[in-house]
Amino acid sequence: MTPINPTIPLLILALPLTMFLVLGLLGPKMSHKAAGWLGVCGMGTVLILSYFTAFTYFFSGNEAFTDGVNRLQYIVFNQDWLQFYDKLVIRIGFLLDPISAMMLVVIPTISFCVHLYSMGYMEGERGFQRYYAFLQLFSFSMLGLVVATNIFQMYIFWELVGASSFLLIGFYYQRHSAVSASKKAFIVTRFADLGFLIGILVLSYYTGTFNFTELTSAATANGSYAISETTAFSAFSSFGGATFMGCSLFSWALVLIFMGGMGKSAMMPLHIWLPDAMEGPTPVSALIHAATMVVAGVYLVARLFPLFLLDDFSALTFVTVVGAITAFYAAVVACTQVDIKRVLAFSTISQIAFMMVALGVARPDIHHGMGYMASMFHLFTHAMFKALLFLGAGALIHAVHSNDYTAMGGLRKYMPITHITFLIGCLAIAGIPPFSGFFSKDEILTAAYENSFFWGAWMSMVAALTAFYMFRLYYMIFWWNEPDYSAHHHKPHDAPWVMTAPLVFLAAVSCVAGFIPFGHLVTWNGAPYTIHLDWSVAIPSVIIAVCAIALATFMYKKENPLPDRVAKATGKLWTAAYNRFYWDEIYLFITHKIIFNCICRPIAWFDRHIIDGTMDGFAWVAQRLSIAIRPLQSGNVQYYVWVYISGALLLGVVTAFFMI
Amino acid sequence: MDYSQFLAMKQEIALLGVFLLVFLYDLFMPKNSQRGLSGFTIAIFAIFTVSCFCPVFISGHEVAFGGMYVTNPVMLTIKNILNVGMLIVLIQASRWANSEMQVIRRGEFYSLMLVTLFGMYLMISARHFLLFVIGLECASLPLAAMVAFEKNHYESHEAAIKYILTAVFSSAIFMLGLSFVYGLAGSLYFDSVYFALTGADATDPMLIVALAFVMAGVGFKLSLVPFHLWTADVYQGAPTSVTSYLSVISKGSAAFAFMVILTQVFGCVYSQVWEWMLYALIILTITVGNLFALRQHNMKRFLAFSSISQAGYIMLGIIGCNAMGMASLMFYILVYIFSNLAAFGVIQAIENQTGKVDMTDYRGLYKSNPHLSVVMMLAMFSLAGIPPFAGFFSKFFIFTGALSGTESTALYVLVLIALINTIISLFYYLLVVKAMFLSSDEPVIAPFRSACSERVGMWITVAGILALGLVSCFYNQILILCQTWGLPSLA
Repeated sequence: MTPINPTIPLLILALPLTMFLVLGLLGPKMSHKAAGWLGVCGMGTVLILSYFTAFTYFFSGNEAFTDGVNRLQYIVFNQDWLQFYDKLVIRIGFLLDPISAMMLVVIPTISFCVHLYSMGYMEGERGFQRYYAFLQLFSFSMLGLVVATNIFQMYIFWELVGASSFLLIGFYYQRHSAVSASKKAFIVTRFADLGFLIGILVLSYYTGTFNFTELTSAATANGSYAISETTAFSAFSSFGGATFMGCSLFSWALVLIFMGGMGKSAMMPLHIWLPDAMEGPTPVSALIHAATMVVAGVYLVARLFPLFLLDDFSALTFVTVVGAITAFYAAVVACTQVDIKRVLAFSTISQIAFMMVALGVARPDIHHGMGYMASMFHLFTHAMFKALLFLGAGALIHAVHSNDYTAMGGLRKYMPITHITFLIGCLAIAGIPPFSGFFSKDEILTAAYENSFFWGAWMSMVAALTAFYMFRLYYMIFWWNEPDYSAHHHKPHDAPWVMTAPLVFLAAVSCVAGFIPFGHLVTWNGAPYTIHLDWSVAIPSVIIAVCAIALATFMYKKENPLPDRVAKATGKLWTAAYNRFYWDEIYLFITHKIIFNCICRPIAWFDRHIIDGTMDGFAWVAQRLSIAIRPLQSGNVQYYVWVYISGALLLGVVTAFFMI
Repeated sequence: MDYSQFLAMKQEIALLGVFLLVFLYDLFMPKNSQRGLSGFTIAIFAIFTVSCFCPVFISGHEVAFGGMYVTNPVMLTIKNILNVGMLIVLIQASRWANSEMQVIRRGEFYSLMLVTLFGMYLMISARHFLLFVIGLECASLPLAAMVAFEKNHYESHEAAIKYILTAVFSSAIFMLGLSFVYGLAGSLYFDSVYFALTGADATDPMLIVALAFVMAGVGFKLSLVPFHLWTADVYQGAPTSVTSYLSVISKGSAAFAFMVILTQVFGCVYSQVWEWMLYALIILTITVGNLFALRQHNMKRFLAFSSISQAGYIMLGIIGCNAMGMASLMFYILVYIFSNLAAFGVIQAIENQTGKVDMTDYRGLYKSNPHLSVVMMLAMFSLAGIPPFAGFFSKFFIFTGALSGTESTALYVLVLIALINTIISLFYYLLVVKAMFLSSDEPVIAPFRSACSERVGMWITVAGILALGLVSCFYNQILILCQTWGLPSLA
């Protein structure tokens, strides 16, 4: 008996795609309500199917999914899509393993919440149907990405999520800022994907395969696969120690692949697109730029984790360093921003960097690769509470029609549900027990301390900053003196139920998700692992978080001159952080001044004069020739026959001439 | 004689059955039910097409009549491909065939068409030149009558005369070539000729001339340059249904038969002689076809030249002389059938409604008839080879087929020339798209609703263009078939 009916996984992919086509093609003929509810129902069905699949995988105990102790990888289907020759085949398939099953829970959950929420948030917007079509396209692409059986399928869907993200950021295409933000996001991530593609090519050139199951795992007796360090090592040895610029080519391949992940997950220095991507509608930010797409980079590293373990961890060290620097940088910047969505954006960058660090410090011999588990755990909890925060921010923006915290203040009285749920989100991200963020972050910190004290301390510092900036934001929104709301038509109030229901649901999840026995579900090699809270790490980190919150309370509870004085005192540092340490300006300088002048101009000249010239030449020659040979087609049948026979004879004579 | 040999020819016999039914319907059904003839033909041909996929028809390698006739799953597949194309042509033609003008001769039209298809079957399966010539003539001569079908159009008659004269002439040349072959080998069986030529002197002038004449003879049906001059006039003058039939089905069968002859009969002199002849023909065909297509305004004439250059691309599947080339050739024919018939479907719908066939009439078509314009655009994109439509993959595979397993620089140069020509072809295919979509003029053609049969035809072709591009199993299936059942000398 098959462990799972393959129709269900197929439907999980096919349904959103169909919905995209239906809404995209027929949407304009539907009413807003019909299109919206169609989208919600479609995603609801996907949600049920995905839950069913994930729960079957985790809890059915079928021998295809677990060998009694360890969880296995199971390929539901794997269809050849494009065959170049027998080895180079691109397949589209469906791989079930702990992380893909976990993502099958995360993506539809958030996507469904966002679908429902958007019914209220996007009400009456122009292009409402288009919006829902794009949401479905995104869900399809993201689901296809996480269930990929091979790295090329992942790449295809990777680009598709990039494209749908581009479409959704630029949803308000009449707004100049939205258009440039979408372009920026697309170009930066595409640039990163170039590295990804080269990495894929290098890796597959040496190993001769795209398939994850052939790269990192070994087949078991019943057709499933188990993560195997031996397979990973043979992939490593197929490189034969080749080096490039002093580093092993294997590490190069992994670092290049990771570069794709850096782009999508907004790691430094490719993070610049994410804050701007907040130009998209807020529910989109919650779905794509907080919960799902931006963790694709983390997912990618997790997917290839057995390979990252090789070559003396050099690629993993790179991941750790990039993650740690990004985490700190983004947390500092988040302390100074005034646009609430930007604060959340930087907080997202910082939290994803947390996950990266967790992967980077994970070692199989330290608590069974606990960092890996922690990273996935944090991915899960973060998706829930960050989506909650973004949707909350959306509700606020919806109420006061501005992204700026100066336009808010004292909102706790007007929007009690939003206030409570937002507070839960803040507590979760700050790492206060018993909210979910506490548990996952604690695991990350433990893993970091186990690896080295330095990374542990560094990440604790970032955790403190996290708690600080989140509560700074919280107080400024909900506690500061209220601005003059009378300018609006009405006082701010809680949003309709379609918007509050997702908030309440996600808040509830954030309260209890920490108690999920994650170690039993998701570990790097499928072996179960029981989480023990390491009190020597947990207690200090709670104390640190509480101190940071206290400091934020002291500084920001009431409107007071203290923050301004702090800003003045730190002077240039504050300004620099406020301006995001001038990364955008650096990029602008490099692209405009250096690349445009030194590289693009000569290329443009070459293109205009040589390439276009050649093409014009072709066109000119073609035109001339076609006029010249016109008499051939005279319409005279005697002449036709004459050409025919001379052609046949000439063919023979010329051939004979060349041969003899 | 062992009559059970006829069982090898199941497909041919079934087709004859279809022909007889249509013929009898035409003869004996009362006058008031004659209008149902098109529907009847389509219905039984559809049944025939579908049933050809049934296991009954599928067999291994079967030889009949002392080796004159051969069939195997590859040939079954190419015949099925032709059937599908034929079915679409029939569907598209039904509105024209039902018009008042054609009412008394409708029966002949269908009968003749089915007979030509039978001839093509013979061309594909023949392993003896005699049977091949019968097939060839059977597929050529009735077409002349079909070309002349527009009784009231002077061009139609002119086209028919031109067609029959050149066809007869090319047959004569072909026969002359065959007599040389007979002189060389003492037999007209493909395999006997093959054995006789193995180890023969490749520089023998008689062999070279024989090959040149055989190529000219089949090149006529394929309209390879310089044997193509009839094409444009005939395509333009003939009724559009016949033109579309000529351009896809007739061409597709001839291409496959050409490959069979070149590999089965002359396979042993491949690299010495005919590789270079074909090389020259391909370059000429693609380039000249393109250069003429650049300047055409009549849509039918335009597609005539486009089909000449497409035939050059099809020939690329032969020049590699391997199983992959064979598979890509078959796939190309399949894709070409869908793409070209999509274009012809639109042309026919517009012609039937308004009588307009000029490219200038298509200006602003998108504004008045968006659906037709989109179908036409897809057809043009597919013909030009723009991904992800089917035409891209067929071109891609045919280039791969030409280059697989070769180190020859000359073939790389050939593919490069073909690629440059693809760019040129892009120009004129996009001219049509530009006229339809970007022209700011008021549309010439008023909005109209095309007939049901025409819409069905367009839906099928559009589905084909999209599905063949996005779903890979078709090509893989063909490739597997060709690798298992490929022609003996290709192994």
